[in-house]
Amino acid sequence: MDYLAQQLINGLVLGSIYGLIAIGYTMVYGIVGMINFAHGDIFMIGGFIALITFLVLVSFGLTMVPVILLVVLLVSMAVTALYGWTVERIAYRPLRQSFRLAPMLSAIGMSFVLMNFAQISQGARVKPVPPIVTGGYTLHEGADGFVVQISNVQILVVITTVLLLALFTWMVSRTRLGRDMRACEQDQTMAALLGVDVDRTISMTFVIGAALASVAGMMYLLYYGLVDFFMGFLAGIKAFTAAVLGGIGSLPGAMLGGLLIGLIETLWSAYFSVEYKDVAAFSILIIVLIFMPTGLLGRPEVEKV
Amino acid sequence: MVSPVPAAVASAANATGVAKAGIAFILKKSLISALVALVLFSLMIGVRTDVGTAGQLVYWTRFGELAAIVGAVFVGSILVELLRGWFGPREGVQLPQGVQRGLSWAGRLIGPAALVFALLLPVIFYDQRYILDLAILVLTYIMLGWGLNVVVGLAGLLDLGYVAFYAVGAYSYALLATNFGLSFWICLPLAGILAAFWGILLGFPVLRLRGDYLAIVTLAFGEIIRLVLLNWQDLTGGPNGISGIPRPTLFGIPLSSGEDGLAALLGIEFSPTHRIVFLFYLILALALITNWVTIRLRRLPIGRAWEAMREDEVACRALGINITTTKLTAFATGAMFGGFAGAFFATRQGFISPESFTFHESALVLAIVVLGGMGSQLGVAIAAVTLIGGFELFRGLDQYRMLVFGMAMVLLMIWRPRGLVGHRAPTVFLEHNRAIAADMVKEGRG
Repeated sequence: MDYLAQQLINGLVLGSIYGLIAIGYTMVYGIVGMINFAHGDIFMIGGFIALITFLVLVSFGLTMVPVILLVVLLVSMAVTALYGWTVERIAYRPLRQSFRLAPMLSAIGMSFVLMNFAQISQGARVKPVPPIVTGGYTLHEGADGFVVQISNVQILVVITTVLLLALFTWMVSRTRLGRDMRACEQDQTMAALLGVDVDRTISMTFVIGAALASVAGMMYLLYYGLVDFFMGFLAGIKAFTAAVLGGIGSLPGAMLGGLLIGLIETLWSAYFSVEYKDVAAFSILIIVLIFMPTGLLGRPEVEKV
Repeated sequence: MVSPVPAAVASAANATGVAKAGIAFILKKSLISALVALVLFSLMIGVRTDVGTAGQLVYWTRFGELAAIVGAVFVGSILVELLRGWFGPREGVQLPQGVQRGLSWAGRLIGPAALVFALLLPVIFYDQRYILDLAILVLTYIMLGWGLNVVVGLAGLLDLGYVAFYAVGAYSYALLATNFGLSFWICLPLAGILAAFWGILLGFPVLRLRGDYLAIVTLAFGEIIRLVLLNWQDLTGGPNGISGIPRPTLFGIPLSSGEDGLAALLGIEFSPTHRIVFLFYLILALALITNWVTIRLRRLPIGRAWEAMREDEVACRALGINITTTKLTAFATGAMFGGFAGAFFATRQGFISPESFTFHESALVLAIVVLGGMGSQLGVAIAAVTLIGGFELFRGLDQYRMLVFGMAMVLLMIWRPRGLVGHRAPTVFLEHNRAIAADMVKEGRG
């Protein structure tokens, strides 16, 4: 029982990270209707930016952990958001009117570019970071000596995710930009006729998605204590799985899907085999798409002839 | 900035605006690009992190490189803008009738000419092992491209996990040959059949899926196969792979220096090149069979059904075409050719490991098919030569190779989203055969 509780906590934290990435996929799919293959690599870039900022700050003699975390968060969000903007501007915008396969292949190309850019500029070795946020709480001590713990990093990850989600939900439902985004999602031509700057809205979607992914990258760095250039690929596919599981195009769905995928992966590793945890995640993707193509919270797609 | 113009009109207006823009506009735009580059690269290039001797992280700065790259972006942006201004959007440029006729005549000659060149290649470059090896590699990708073309180009089903069938073929041959001592010629059809079986296995669950969903499921399927190969240590040897895979024989006669080898039987001096030449003709034959079968299939009802399904699945169903069999046969046929290519790959390398079957391979083959114009057999061959040849050209740059590949993929998509060969010959036509511009052809929705 205690073991299960501990795994649930771990799964929840992992799921929060997946959920943050999944929101980027689901937003872009909702508005542009394409799978942004490079999104997983944007997450990886976010992790790298956080790592570098952290190193530079520490070498300048900054020791206050909350200040460091805040600065790292802001810098990595800002720079990674610019990456998202640039990727959209270079690789997707010229293909807006093209046939459907073109942006997808362009996205795969961009994913290779980002991955290899990180490998060349920062080296192929895995970069370990000393734990920045330490300590934790013991929730329950079992009779057999098994301790259920929640570490401060885990609390930080969950709280950051919840805060960002609240901010993001407010933005989509209450602000001008959010309204524009929802308008573009429904009908781009009509939105343009009513004075919505479609290009700018789509750019902003990528910027926000990238910013959220960079937070996920930073949380990953804090939680696992390492980054490498290849981590974006698997995390990206799993986050996409989460987006599909929750119903693509639905924002709460993305978060829900992320949590479910995180839990499934953690529980699978805990009770079955660690080697096949990715296989489990991918099998779930296939099973969900076959039996529930619209996902948990998605709208059914109606095909018009 | 609110513009009430739809995106298409806005971008067209933008293009003409750039053409007429003055030097001030170009400078401003380039300056902005340089600033963006400065922010993007300030941390990733300006600071280099690495693991120090004691396992701690160290970093050092590289402001020189950063300045160079930002400068390059600035100059490059100016150049691009100038070129765009000079060449501008050229629309409606028509070549004279004579030139057009000459071009189409030359276009018809490319296929046979390439075939003759391929047949003579081992004779011309007999001494150059490197060129022969490269030619074998290119032909392998041409075969994979033609195989995937059945699924993506003809049936319009977007498959991002094609490498799975390549892996199934390779591992089938490797396991059958090393465990049971079966010869290459028995294993080749078996590998094809097994791959086709896996194709159907993948096909069944994804029958109802369309477009992007299909793409992502096939991608997941490809990854599952790779992960199982990586983790099922008892059977596949895990990351160590399978080594000592037997070389192919000429219907039982080994191409070795021994007493019973081909060289001894023919009474000629043994040379390792014999095997390379043999492998070359083997893959050439396999690729040509793929091509021939595809061309024949296109004229059969099933091929017509594939193309009809690509154009409109709903109309197809309304006309009484069985979508289930149509999709499954497309998957099975494509997978079978992938399996053949995989068996060939295993026998050529003599060693296989899951390393060779990553998503990157699927993306490469898909890029070949899309660049080839989705459905054009000649286009796929040209695209394979261009991509793999281009890859080899950048061999000296080693670590920059994949970066260049990714950039090339993005740029080619922007430049020619419809592929290098932008038209297909119609399978059915009224009175006379006319090429269809690619823009008129709908892409498959899966």
